[in-house]
Amino acid sequence: MAGQTAERDAAFIVEWLRASTEAVRAESDRLTELDSAIGDADHGTNMRRGFTAVMTTLDAEERATPGGVLLVAGRTLVSTVGGASGPLFGTLLRRSGKALGEAERVSDEDVRDALRAGVAAVGQLGGAALGDKTMLDALLPAVAELPDYAAAARAAEEGAKATIPLRAHKGRASYLGERSVGHEDPGAASAALLLGALFQVSR
Amino acid sequence: MTGPAEGGMVGVVLVSHSHEVATSVATLASGLAGKGRLAPVVPAGGTPDGGLGTSSELITEAAWRADQGAGVAILVDLGSAVLTVRALLAEGDVLPPGARLVDAPLLEGAVAAVLTASTGADLDAVETAAADAWDYRKV
Repeated sequence: MAGQTAERDAAFIVEWLRASTEAVRAESDRLTELDSAIGDADHGTNMRRGFTAVMTTLDAEERATPGGVLLVAGRTLVSTVGGASGPLFGTLLRRSGKALGEAERVSDEDVRDALRAGVAAVGQLGGAALGDKTMLDALLPAVAELPDYAAAARAAEEGAKATIPLRAHKGRASYLGERSVGHEDPGAASAALLLGALFQVSR
Repeated sequence: MTGPAEGGMVGVVLVSHSHEVATSVATLASGLAGKGRLAPVVPAGGTPDGGLGTSSELITEAAWRADQGAGVAILVDLGSAVLTVRALLAEGDVLPPGARLVDAPLLEGAVAAVLTASTGADLDAVETAAADAWDYRKV
């Protein structure tokens, strides 16, 4: 770890999740609208419920480590969302938290490595790959840019927009076949919100 | 794998997006299993408020209720049901030890799993029987 500054603490992760929650709340209607085009019109509501529960849990009890914060946040998402985004976003946070271990302070490179592990776990859980019109289309290009948070946020945003012409190969939208073309994937849109929030709190 | 624990049968958990589907498949599978000793069959369908969806809470509760120490075969319908069970298994300590996601069609797999579990077979045999349901061609 020579040459790296371990400057990110548990509060940084809490603030990231708080900014994510605010973004999800602000964009909840847009997410649900995207999901009504190719899914079952509950993505915004589900994400909002999940992240609100995460903040309630985090505000009730302080955690000492960045990894600890992510573990409890991930577990809360799995148990409160009720749709596929629960286990998927929950796994992203949980696996990232696991990768950060017990350290009280971590470097931006640690955050990068952890999020890459989290994204890999999401791919494994859902069996999706780049180009399947899923959250991975925002996450994979984003974590490739880390630890540059600005570039990562931009890549996530572009990755989400790039799902518009794609045909869905995973999840409920895949039943629509060609009719899934022409709509932004809601999971990718949410993933872009999370990366945008991370950039916001990193400055 | 070890055999079933003393007296315990493999439990079967049926996960669906719908409470009615999970409950009805459980009733059907139990009914077709015959009159002898029946393996525990616990449905976990829908969300706690009765809506369509997947509930990690209901699944976890069902798995512990189905657990007699011989393992639990979890059968699911689709989408978030699959992902939720896989995420719960990845947690390591949420579901009972010996809980396993079984890759099988929900209805046909449930009938095969409950029948086999009710004979006192172990978890591997229950899993194989349920997965064999993929091969029941109808045409």
